[in-house]
Amino acid sequence: MTAPALIVHQVGPGVTVQDLGRPGHLAYGLSQGGALDRLALYEGAALLGQSPDCAALEMIGMGGEFEATQPLRIALTGAPMQASLDGSPLIWNASHQLPAGSRVRIGGVTSGSVGYLHLGGGIETPPLLGARATQLNAGLGALLTPGVRLPVGPDKGGPIGLGLDVADRVSGGVLRILPSVQTALFDAETRERLEQSQFTRDPRSNRMALRLIPDGQGFALDGGLSVVSEVIVPGDIQITGDGVPVILMAECQTMGGYPRIATVLPADLPRAAQLPVGATLRLQFITPEEGVAALKAEQTALADLPRKVRPLIRDPRDIPDLLSYHLSDGAITGREEETDR
Amino acid sequence: MTVPNPSPSGPWPMIQRLGVSGLLVRFGDQFCEAANRAALAFRAAVEAAPQPGIIETAPSLVSVFLRLDPLTADLEVLEAELCDLLARADWYAAPLPPGRRLIRIPTAYGADMAPDLVETAEAAGLSEAEAVAQLSATRLRVLSLGFGPGQPYLGELPEHWNLPRRTELTPHVPAGALVLAIRQCVLFSRPSPTGWRHVGQTAFLNFRPESAEPFALKPGDELQFPTADPDHVAHMIADPDCVDGGAEIEALP
Repeated sequence: MTAPALIVHQVGPGVTVQDLGRPGHLAYGLSQGGALDRLALYEGAALLGQSPDCAALEMIGMGGEFEATQPLRIALTGAPMQASLDGSPLIWNASHQLPAGSRVRIGGVTSGSVGYLHLGGGIETPPLLGARATQLNAGLGALLTPGVRLPVGPDKGGPIGLGLDVADRVSGGVLRILPSVQTALFDAETRERLEQSQFTRDPRSNRMALRLIPDGQGFALDGGLSVVSEVIVPGDIQITGDGVPVILMAECQTMGGYPRIATVLPADLPRAAQLPVGATLRLQFITPEEGVAALKAEQTALADLPRKVRPLIRDPRDIPDLLSYHLSDGAITGREEETDR
Repeated sequence: MTVPNPSPSGPWPMIQRLGVSGLLVRFGDQFCEAANRAALAFRAAVEAAPQPGIIETAPSLVSVFLRLDPLTADLEVLEAELCDLLARADWYAAPLPPGRRLIRIPTAYGADMAPDLVETAEAAGLSEAEAVAQLSATRLRVLSLGFGPGQPYLGELPEHWNLPRRTELTPHVPAGALVLAIRQCVLFSRPSPTGWRHVGQTAFLNFRPESAEPFALKPGDELQFPTADPDHVAHMIADPDCVDGGAEIEALP
C-alpha cells in the first residue's frame, strides 16, 4: 500500500509547506521562518487533535485544487477562503473528511490574507535542518506547483466535523508594540505620531516584510542616521530610507541596518500577517510588564485551544454517528458552555 | 498612555531591551575590530555559562543579541548578571575565537563574472590590475554571519576601499558573488538583489542545507580570494556536487 498523499492539481502563486520553523540558527544567519500566522497552526492542530509541529499548507491570497489519494482528515484555518469538497461548500475554522479520490478546491480569501490547510498526520515532506518550513530566500523548499504529490504522515485518527470559534484577526485593528534599540532616537512627537497614524498594506509586502503606508507623513530620522548592522527579528519595525515603517515577518533576514522604532508583540503578529488590502492597522505602545502579561495570556490561550473545539452540529440528536466520536480525547469535554460564555 | 523613552546613552558596552523577549549587548555604535572581537568573545562566554531563560544568542558585527523567555527569566536579574559578566574582563582585548581556519577560495575577476569591478577599481583610485592584485592578496576575516544563511560579513579592507553602496540596486547577483562596500566584503549565500558592488565570483557555497555541517564558515575564519580562470569557476558553478568551489582550507594557530 502506498503512503497517503495530497496531489496538487492547481495552485495559487503563494502556496508553501510551513510549520513552526527552525529556531536556533540566528547566529548563523538563518531566521526561524515558518508560518506567517503561527496561531493558525495551533488552531489546525487543535481541530485535528494533533501536535502544532505538524506541517500544513500556507496559502497566501488563494489556494488551489487538491486530491486525496486515500481518506484524509483536513482542517481549514487562518483567513477564510472559498472552499468546497467535490462541489459542496466547506466551513472554515473546522475539520472535515476527504474521501479517497475526492478533490478539495480552495479559492480566494474572503477576508484576511493567508489561509491554512492542515492534514491529519501532517505533511511529511523531508525535513531540512529539523523543519519542513519552506524558506524561499534561504533556498529551503519551493513554491508548490501542479503535479506535486505531498506525502501525508500517518494519522492517528480522531473526530472530524469540529469547529473552532476564533476572535477576529483578519480585518486589521491594533498591534501592541514595545520599544526597541533605536526607539529613543525618534523624538517624542514622532513616536506619538506613530501611535496616531493609520496604516494600510503596501502591495509589495511578502513573507519577509509587511510595508505599512501611513495616512500622514513618514517617520524618517533627521540627518540620515547610519546604524551599524545588528540582529533583527520578526516583529521589529524598521524605518526605511523613505520613512515608511516595515514590520519584519517570518522570513526576514537576520541582520539589518535600518533604525528600529519599535517591535510588535509576538502575539499580535498574526493580525499583521492577516492585514487585508483596504483595512487599517494602528500601533500602540505598551509597557514591558504589559508585554509579559500578554505573553502569559497567549500561552494560556494556546494551551486551551484543544478544549475549545466543538462539534459543528451542536444537538447530539443531529449527529447520526455520535458513537464514532472520541469522547475521551478532549475534543468534547462537556465544558463547551463554560468556555463559550 | 505615555510613550516610553528608554535611554540609549551611556558608556560602552551597554545593554538594551528589544521588545518583550530580547536583550542587545552592544560594544559600540559603529564597526571597529576591537568591538567585533568583544562581541564574539562575550557571546562565547554567555554560551559557556547558560542561564535559565536564555533561548538563543547571536553575535552581529559589534553586538550580541539574546533571545529570552521572560516567563522563565527575570529580565532584571539577567541584566544584572550580564553586567557582572561585562565587568569581569576587558572584552575589547579578547583574543579571536579558537579553531580558526584560513580558507582560500578561487575567484573569477573577469569582467562578465564581476560586472562592477572596473567601476569599483576606479572609485578606489586603482587600475583594474591593481584592484585584482589587492583583492586576491588580502586576507579578510569573517566578522559575523548574517542577513542570509551562513553569509559572512568580511573585513576589513584598507581605507581607500571605503566606498559607498551603489545608489541603484543590482536586481540579481548569483550565489557565490563577492561584493564590496564600506571596506567590507560579503560572499553571497543565495541569489540576491544588492546595492553592494559585484567585484568577483566564486563557486563556494556558504550554506549547504543537506550537509551535516550546513554552515561552511565561522566568525574568526579568514578568507582569501586568489585569482582563478573564469572558465574554471564557471565549470565548478555548473557542477552540483562542487559545493566548496575548489577552496583550500588550513588551520590557523
